[in-house]
Amino acid sequence: MTSASSLGGVAQAGAGPDNGPAHEFFVPAPHEPAGSAPAPAFGPVILEAEGLVRRFFGVTVLDGVSLSLAAGEVRALLGENGAGKSTMINLLSGVHQPDGGQLRLDGSPVRFARPLDADHAGISVIRQELSLFPDLSVAEAIFAGHLPLNRFGLVDWPRMRRAASAALSQLAPDIDINAPVASLSIARQQMVEIARALTRKARVVIMDEPTASLSPNEVAHLGRIIADLSREGVAVLYVSHRLDEIRAFCQTYTVLRDGKAVAGGRVADTDIPALIRAMAGREIAAAQKAPPAPVADQGTGEPLLQIRHLASPQGLRGGQRVKDVSFALRQGEILGLAGIVGAGRTETARMIFGLDPVGQGEIRLFGQPVRFASPAAAIAAGIGYVPEDRKGLSLLPGRSVHENFALTGAVPARFGRNDRRAEARLLAGFWQKLGIRAASPGAAITTLSGGNQQKVILARWIALKPKLLIIDEPTRGIDVGAKEDVHALIREIAASGVAVLLISSDLPEVMSLSHRIITLREGVTSSDQPAAGITAEALMTHMTRHA
Amino acid sequence: MSATTPPDRARLFALLGRLAPLIFLLALVIIFASLQPRFLMPLNLFNILRQVSIYGIIAVGMTFVILIRGIDLSVGALVAMSGLCAAVIARGGIEGRLVLSADGSGFSWQLAALAAILAGSAAGLLQGMAVAWLSVPAFVVTLGGMTVFRGLALSIGNGGPISGFDEAFGWWGRGMIGPVPVPVLIFAAVAAIAWVVLTQTRFGRAVYAVGSNPEAARLSGINVSGVTIAVYGLIGFCSGLGGFVLASRLNSAEAVAGTGYELTAIAAVVIGGTSLQGGTGGVGGTVIGALLTGVLLNGLVILNVSPYTQQVLVGLIIVAAVAFDHFIKRQSR
Repeated sequence: MTSASSLGGVAQAGAGPDNGPAHEFFVPAPHEPAGSAPAPAFGPVILEAEGLVRRFFGVTVLDGVSLSLAAGEVRALLGENGAGKSTMINLLSGVHQPDGGQLRLDGSPVRFARPLDADHAGISVIRQELSLFPDLSVAEAIFAGHLPLNRFGLVDWPRMRRAASAALSQLAPDIDINAPVASLSIARQQMVEIARALTRKARVVIMDEPTASLSPNEVAHLGRIIADLSREGVAVLYVSHRLDEIRAFCQTYTVLRDGKAVAGGRVADTDIPALIRAMAGREIAAAQKAPPAPVADQGTGEPLLQIRHLASPQGLRGGQRVKDVSFALRQGEILGLAGIVGAGRTETARMIFGLDPVGQGEIRLFGQPVRFASPAAAIAAGIGYVPEDRKGLSLLPGRSVHENFALTGAVPARFGRNDRRAEARLLAGFWQKLGIRAASPGAAITTLSGGNQQKVILARWIALKPKLLIIDEPTRGIDVGAKEDVHALIREIAASGVAVLLISSDLPEVMSLSHRIITLREGVTSSDQPAAGITAEALMTHMTRHA
Repeated sequence: MSATTPPDRARLFALLGRLAPLIFLLALVIIFASLQPRFLMPLNLFNILRQVSIYGIIAVGMTFVILIRGIDLSVGALVAMSGLCAAVIARGGIEGRLVLSADGSGFSWQLAALAAILAGSAAGLLQGMAVAWLSVPAFVVTLGGMTVFRGLALSIGNGGPISGFDEAFGWWGRGMIGPVPVPVLIFAAVAAIAWVVLTQTRFGRAVYAVGSNPEAARLSGINVSGVTIAVYGLIGFCSGLGGFVLASRLNSAEAVAGTGYELTAIAAVVIGGTSLQGGTGGVGGTVIGALLTGVLLNGLVILNVSPYTQQVLVGLIIVAAVAFDHFIKRQSR
């Protein structure tokens, strides 16, 4: 494996006719034909990244990634959550600038100081969260930023409408160019974005998880559009978790893991299990080191929480994230909930907690069917929820650690007054136990590190003594030391009899903490099994592939 | 060795930010006192306090509203409307149009005060419901409320004033306890109660939480709509009380009373350091903000600055105070 590790930072591992098992991820890149492998006829390389490095706050997110896109090439960019895909897209499109390495356009070094520079260079990004202007008409959205003008310097509406119709004619001729963008389905909004790219004469189109909310028919249509783009000499970078689509749409691929390109080559030369292994490599290594999952010693009697065929309401534009989720959770049990972004994990938690309305299905708490109209009702029933979005949904910026801790009202007021002394005592207990590092309980919460903020948030909920605690991405963006503290805390509260629903994209975390693990795929429970003996590969397979 | 390591520097600026309105107030007092010694005479000082007290009461309510990221533009109109309600009760009807008591005499000040406060609170609660349940921006709801309540006030008084109340009614606006005017004591009491509510109770915490991060508040089990409605009810209460005291002081209620109070109250809150983004600030700052506005106006009058120029100066100082506040907050981050 020495050669593999020395090649670890590079996707195109140079030429070398080597298909030996140790190098199965490192087949030659197709536009650098080598050996006997017949290369598809790509045009010249348009955009090339070499050894891109990007750090955020001292953390290396992208560590020497190389990748190239030739005219007519459709390259898949794969990797699990947090592997660096988004950062890669942001570097290629000028949102961020690399801290090291080089971008080359048509062979000459280039620097995109801002997104507009990349746009001028013919690089278009179709983002997962569509960036269109919801209130503009389709025609305006296609031309926003470069509206055609007449000789008086005013918008040339007839010309714009004609051009918009022409651009959409191949993609989706039935879209009304005068309709507001917000009235279109996600799939159609994507078509509008693609039309925008076409009118910009884009030479490189980057698609970020384009099929996350599309129906199978819409996915097939998108596949045809991508093939058309490729035929016309556009280079496409297709970012996705969905391996079936990658096999169908893409000719080449690059796998990122922990900010490095760990595999790459021709899609035809690999298979899905190999791709999963490449993406999950870290999981396998880490899970082997992780302590064995605790034995489910509780797990008796009536389940505390039972979910049957839970589904979110049918969205107006086909946006139903949760389709059919079922599981049971017992007292003292940690149930891991794994899935890729968009699989419906957080949405499931929000429905249980009364934050979002339930479409269909049943939630039973202690055997009783429940549907909570508000978080307050769920809290009263003994449920706690630590959300994923710490800044948006947990923190009270501008308030003290003490007030952030006391938010859930764990200590009852005395004669109508807050019992600050009792609160302070309770907080002091958590402070010591969790090793919270802050100047004082009076310090503003925003002066704490992410890990310490998370500890305060966890303390806020644990102080309520919930019977069920839902924890969404407990250790996202926090340092290693705090992560261990949080893990120990989760184990401890489960040992004390709390049922824990653990949502995490960090597979080693899920595997080392959970007693049972369920996976969601596209809003459906795709597996449910004890954690003991489970492999990361198996989980990834359940998360990404149709059985 | 430098004492101003980054956290120290941030803490210094944080402290400065909290004390800024007070420093500003003291500076103004010193400037005016040195330019015109008459400024510091007890009579003048109580005069300032008396002037401040009515919009000060309203500014205390406005503090709650701004703490939850809201705004209330209707308070001036509410002062007029509730003042007229009190006047109608105190006079036992409206001359020539409405007779409420059997013998045509007026009711007691207690009933009159109750009428003003109930009218103000009900109006506030209604606006709160529109903000919380219909999700209409507070700016729009209270902008509408501003003309609705002014219109109702005009209807009650038929455009004219209602005046002439008994001694007991008049005491609340013109009376003295020792050297201290009664409205000043009312303002002090309202501010003190509000301070206790904001800093010591569940409700106060909920107010800060809703203003700081409404989503986090809701997720933590706080009834965000309930808090919103209560807060608008509270400022309605304060406006009703202010309307009663104003009618008492002037011995008259009319539909144009309280014009511009919304801006004076908002200015006092903002100068006092409560952020329009919600979640930070408090009643202490508002009291200082109200005093500062009062001192400024009084000082300019004493210095014979033309009333036109006064307006210009007051406006500029409001903007400067808020700009300074933002500057300090940036430094202390």
